[in-house]
Parts: sequence; C-alpha cells; structure tokens
Amino acid sequence: MVKLTVNGVAHSIEADPETPLLWVLRDHLDKTGTKYGCGIAQCGACTVHLDGQPVRACQTRIGDIGEAKVTTIEGVSGRVADAVRTAWRGLDVVQCGYCQSGQMMSAIGLLSDKAKPTDAEIDGAMDGNVCRCGTYQRIRAAIHEAARSLA
Amino acid sequence: MPKVRQALETVPSRRAFLGGVAATTGALLIGFNLGGPRQARAAGGPDLTGGRPQPNAFVRIAADDSVTVMIKHLDMGQGNTTGLATILADELDADWATVRTAFAPADAALYNNLLMGPVQGTGGSTAIANSWLQLRRAGAAARAMLVASAAERWTVPAGEITVSNGTVRHAASNRQARFGELAEAAAAQPVPQEPTLKQPGQWTLIGTKVPRLDSTAKTDGSATYAMDIRRPGQVTAVVLHAPRFGGVVAAVNSKAARAMPGVLDVVTIPTGVAVIAKDTWSAMKGREVLEVTWDDSGAETRSSDAILAEYRERLKSPGLVASRRGDAGGAIAGAAKVLEAEFTFPYLAHAALEPLNATIERAPDGTYDVFAGCQIQTIEQAVVAATLGVTTDKVRLHTQWAGGSFGRRATPGADYFAETAAIVKATGGKAPVHLVWTREDDMAGGYYRPMVVHKLRAGLDAAGAVVGWEHRMIGKSIMIGSPFEAMLVKDGIDSTSIEGASDTPYALPAYRFEVHNAREGVPVLWWRSVGHTHTAQAMEVFVDELAHAAGADPVAYRLGMLKSAPRLSGVLSLAAEKAGWAARSPGKADGGKGHGFGVAAHESFGSYVAMVAEVTTEGAKVKVNRIVAAVDVGIAVNPDIIRAQVEGAVGFALSSVLRNRITLKDGVVQERNFDTYEPTRMSEMPVVEVHIMPSTAAPTGIGEPGVPVIAPAISNAVFAATGRRLRSLPLDLDGLKGV
Repeated sequence: MVKLTVNGVAHSIEADPETPLLWVLRDHLDKTGTKYGCGIAQCGACTVHLDGQPVRACQTRIGDIGEAKVTTIEGVSGRVADAVRTAWRGLDVVQCGYCQSGQMMSAIGLLSDKAKPTDAEIDGAMDGNVCRCGTYQRIRAAIHEAARSLA
Repeated sequence: MPKVRQALETVPSRRAFLGGVAATTGALLIGFNLGGPRQARAAGGPDLTGGRPQPNAFVRIAADDSVTVMIKHLDMGQGNTTGLATILADELDADWATVRTAFAPADAALYNNLLMGPVQGTGGSTAIANSWLQLRRAGAAARAMLVASAAERWTVPAGEITVSNGTVRHAASNRQARFGELAEAAAAQPVPQEPTLKQPGQWTLIGTKVPRLDSTAKTDGSATYAMDIRRPGQVTAVVLHAPRFGGVVAAVNSKAARAMPGVLDVVTIPTGVAVIAKDTWSAMKGREVLEVTWDDSGAETRSSDAILAEYRERLKSPGLVASRRGDAGGAIAGAAKVLEAEFTFPYLAHAALEPLNATIERAPDGTYDVFAGCQIQTIEQAVVAATLGVTTDKVRLHTQWAGGSFGRRATPGADYFAETAAIVKATGGKAPVHLVWTREDDMAGGYYRPMVVHKLRAGLDAAGAVVGWEHRMIGKSIMIGSPFEAMLVKDGIDSTSIEGASDTPYALPAYRFEVHNAREGVPVLWWRSVGHTHTAQAMEVFVDELAHAAGADPVAYRLGMLKSAPRLSGVLSLAAEKAGWAARSPGKADGGKGHGFGVAAHESFGSYVAMVAEVTTEGAKVKVNRIVAAVDVGIAVNPDIIRAQVEGAVGFALSSVLRNRITLKDGVVQERNFDTYEPTRMSEMPVVEVHIMPSTAAPTGIGEPGVPVIAPAISNAVFAATGRRLRSLPLDLDGLKGV
C-alpha cells in the first residue's frame, strides 16, 4: 500500500512501490490525460508535476514520491496554468494532441520559474518533449504568448 | 454494396477472408484509389457528390439546438474533424458555437470514402476532397428541410425564409425559430434531391479561421484516445512478437510469467504469445520473464545492408517500364553533358506518439465492440469479424481520437485489430481486452516505409537543357500481395512505388522510368506521402544538380520545364518570391560558406507545394533556420489548419532528413525506441512560413503533401552552403566534416 496525493486528493494504492507513477495514474486512478509514449524518458508525454516541478512519470517510482504532491493535466490550475491553456487554445497548437499534456506540464513548469523565457530557455525546458506532429513552432509561440499575458 | 457486405459476412475464417479479399479485390474495391483526386479525375473520376444527399447520415440536430456532424474519417491530428464540420455547417447556416462532432460507426454503405470506392477509410489526403460535395449537399439538404418545416408551421412561402447562425426567420411576419425547435418537423420533410449550394461569396465559415473543435479536450486531458479506453473488467494484453519477421512460436514456457503479480493468463496467438494482466505494468513485467522459442525457418534473417546490396545488384538490370517517351538512352548518348546519381532511402518507422493499441469487448449477446483509432473501418470490421467467426454486422467500431498515425494505423490486413481479436478469441471473450503495443513493439513491428534505391542518368545539351532522362528504382511494393493489388498494381508496377517520378510534370523530351519489385520479408507500408517520400528527393535533388550543371538558377531552370504545369510553377514562384530567393545571400556553391538556400517543388495527392529552405552548416552540423512554403490545395477550407499541417510536416519529416533509419542485423530490428530513432526536437525546429495560393478549384488535401519537398529543399540548401551534394537519406552529415 503506497500513499499518494494526486491533484489534491489522497489515495492509497495497492501496487508494488517500484511501479512507475505513469501506470498508477493511468491504470489505478484512471487519470488518462498523462500519456505513455516511450517508457524511457525520451518523449516527455508522461510529464507531471511533483511539488510543481516537471518530472517524467514513467521514470518516477511511486515508492520514491513520499509526501510530494502529484499534479496531472487534469488537476493543474492557477494563473500560469490558465495562461498556458488559453494560449494553447488561442493559437490552436494541438494536432493529434497526444503529447500536449506533457508539453503543457513542461511549459507550466518553465513559466513558473521564468516569467519571460528566451527562445534558448524554451529549447532547454522543452527539448525533452517530443511532438511527432511537429507543432513546435506553435508551442514556442504559445509559451511566449502565455508569458506576455502573465506580465 | 449489399453484395460486398454479404460476401464479407460469409467468409468463414481470417485466413480465408484475406485470401478471399485478394481473390475478389476487383469486386470489393472498385474505384479504390489511394493516389488521390488527381489520378481519380484522370481515370474519369468517381461520383464525388455521394449520390442522393444524406443529411440523416451526416448531421443530427437536437432539441437543445446542438448540431452534431458525423465524421466518417479518422482524425489523427490533421484536423479534418474541424474541416469536415465546417463544410457542412456552412451550408446549413448553423451557429458554429453549437456545432459538435461524433465519429461515425463503420458503415461502408453510408460512410465510404468516395475516392476509395466502397471502402470507409482515411488516407491519401482525401478526407476533405472526397467529402466536399457530399457534406455541402447534406448541409444544404438539411437546411432546406428546416426551411420547409418552418414554411409549413408559419404557412408562408419557403422562398421568403432566411437562415443564419442557427436561426430560421421570416422577416415579413417577424417570426423566427431556432434549429432545435424545428428539428423534429424538419426530419419528417422529404430530402431534396438537388439542394441549392451556396456560391463561394456566400460562405461564412469556409475559408475562415474556424478554431479547432478538439483544442479544448486536447488541452485538459479529457480527449479520449484508444489508449485511454477503460471498460468495466478490462484486462491489458502485451504480446511477445517474433524477433524476426516471419518467425513463429515453436515452444512456450509461461510458468514464470504466470507467477508474476497481476498476470491473469498467457495465450499463444498467430502473431506471438500474449501476456494478459490486470494492468499494463503487470503485463509488461510478465512479458519480461516469458520464455518463448522461435522457429525462424520461414523468417527474414538478413541484415538491411545485405538487402541493400542485393538491391544495387538488381539495379544493374533493366526493370519493368513504368513510363517512357522517345529514346532516352540514345538522347543521353548524344548529350553534351551526362550526370549520374544514386539515392538510397532506409526503412522508416511511423513512430506515432500513441503506440498501436485497441480494445475489443464481447457483449452478452455475442456481438463485439471495438475501440481504436480506426483508419480503414471496412477492413478492420471485416477482419475482426472473420477472426472472431461472426458476421460483420456483429462488430461495432468506435473510432477514437488517434495519437498520430502517419499511415501506420491503416494496414491492408488490419494487423493489430486482428491481433486483439485473436486474444479475445483465445480467452473466450470473458473480459474486454486492451492490446497495448509498447514503443519497442511499435517501432520493431515492421510495416515500414520501404527501403528504396533510385539510380538516375540524364543528358544535357550544350545549352543545359535536358535531352534524356533514365531512372531506375527498386523497393518492395506496398500493394503487391495486399487487397489493393488489383486496383493499384498494373503489369507488376505498383503505382505507389514510383508516383511523383514516372508521372513527373517536368517537360522531358525523352525519358524512361523503370521499377524493380523487391521481395524481402520485411513488411512495408505507406508512410505519410507514400512513394513521394523518396521520389520527390530523387527528382528534386537531381533537377537541382542539372540546374547547377547548366549554370542556371535552380528556380528559373525548373520554371523552364514546368510551362505546362501552371499550379506547380505557381507555388514555386510564390515560395521563391516570399523567401526572397532572387536577393538571397550566396552559399558556398555560389562562393559563400556555411550558409545556403535550397528549393524544391512537388505535386502529390492533387496538391502542389514548394519550399525554400535556408540552412547554416558547421562541419557535420546542419541547422535548418527557416522554411518558406507555398501551397495550392484548391479552396482553402481552413487556412490556419492548412498552415499547421505544413508546419507540422516540417517537424515530422526533419528527423528523417537528418538521422532516422530503421536497420536490421541478421533480421532483427536495431532501433527500438526514441533514443536510437530520435524525432525532431524543439531546438531543431525551423521557423516555417506558409503561403496559400488563392484558388477556386475544388479542395484537395494537405495531410501529406507538405512532406515530400522538405528533404530535397534541405538537401539542396546543404549543397548551396557546402558545395557537397548529399543525395541519400538520412543525409550523410559525417560527409560534411572538414568542408
């Protein structure tokens, strides 16, 4: 039994502590907004927040999370999250959309740290998030747009 | 159509079905044409009106005023859901805020792709093209029925009634009604056979930036992909596949796997051994300790290098002649200058971010529900039915948002649908089965863009004009051996192998295009833009070489050979103008260093695209800074989505230009995840500008046509920057060291 707080709700999970957070979110808690893309931290589709910091859920064992609070795309909220969502929608960033939960979680993490990221800082924060549809140009524009709206 | 359905329903087994499809393809797939609208028109063309307007099939208007447009296609990111809804809603004069969509069930009688004959399916960039008149007529018919019901209710002439924004009005009597108030009475009206369609100037949605209908659900985690299906009692299956294509199970020791926590069952199926567990992680852990011995006696055991060497050997001999004019060999023999080139292309995985997966659930009455990113519904339904030994009417398809496809979700044998059904069958249907392919399964599972080699020779006269062109290629045919063979393969030549080359729009006075069909055991498949993925590179890089050999400007040289191809030369001129081609800074080929511009233009699927790429190089490092694209897709239904598709095509294709390749060592695929098959990343993405040519022609597609020109535009820019001609893909960047 492992205790986890996900999107503000406490859960007791019946799973091996070695189980990746990704599969607990998706298969035990039905939080399917967090996606499986590669399982080896190469694509970022599974990005969630641990105490506000972006992490790859496929490489995060539930036994290692402790008291840290897990936030997923379904539960992320606040000024930065709202700005990111609004920008993503306003620019119609998504295509297939499968990577976009992870992209947005990374972007929210970036903008929470740096109010006005440069292009190089966007590259640094977002290079771990693959978009096979190639929406990078709009992701970059949406991050700048969200930063402007937060200023 | 009833005959077709009956034929499918009487097929007793999957093996027989597939054989039967192959034998009866002519009957099943009349008019099937993956080549898209251009070829369809050339062949006389199918009826793109869809026949009698069928508003009931395509639009539901509810009492709450919501307008639901039925989407017969798969939306794998290309945005066709929004585009298709736009077309219908415009003719209906619906209030866009009330427009919803739903994916249509499998029903080839109602929802066939009009460019694929009696098959419901998505491919060949045909979604908008085949639906254009069908949905306009459906929307216009529904509008006329609303008007007729209002005219009856108000006892006024229908001609005095106007409709806009979801409201029906009679100005003279100052009456109005919302769609929802009239829906029931409207449904009882006769369906007009020839509804009046709007003139282009009357469109209010078509041609405007209608926001994507899927943006909200895809930004809050609520959009449901096949991977997210959660049925009551559902179990998850992962399959251990043979390490080599064609390998089969010889022996299984499942003791350790069965002992793993969460593992429920282990079953052998035709494609491998399935581990079934209560959740995905348990299934994956169980598979790790599964012991299977494989029989590779019928397997492909060669390395891709050996297959490539065989290709090169075969290219020394003449192939099947796909097209010819005059005496190309004689013309080259007498030419002032002769150029030769070889282009090689590797196998490529589609690597959509959502790995292949599907869920099949047996209902208590013995019928089945299939939840997946369904891409060729007619075949998928038939294959599932045949595998489970039921008739097709017992199988319901529930199409989900797809996390990319790029062609992979559509296979002629519905491979992963059949695999899911086989597991359901092996487990007696006692629980809904979600088959999940891991990234490694997905990447190593075959159905690649074929490996291809092109060899070209051309002769120029003293003025630099082409006098003869000889072109020979080899690759495994996608269509031979598939249910589509009878329609797309003629005299042994698969039109999708050499599309974009043998039908080149360049004015060549003498030419000869030849094809060899390779036959290795590696499964191959259409990959976003199919044959154009390699033919455009061979054609557009070689033409660039000829231009340089002729001492001509690459844009002017092309335009000189495109005088009878106005739409292609139109986008070429537009891209050159917008990129500032004439005023570009010189590359090394022009005396500069490490910076260059390259151009390419190509038609595919009835759409015309040109690109100018600007690159900087430093040793083996190539950075694509900017791409300026011009596209002609006929009427631009949604210009912003068209731009997005071209931007995305660049991001999608760039990694295949720079590094991606699937290789085999002794028959075993070496690249199995994104660490060794790395997609384009944010820091590599160039700035992409997209310019849309105004047009009054019927709309064509843009899901694929952005892809073909990317590689040659970049290759030609690398030449301009370095003086080195890199032809093969991925580009041999190491060859630039020391340049």
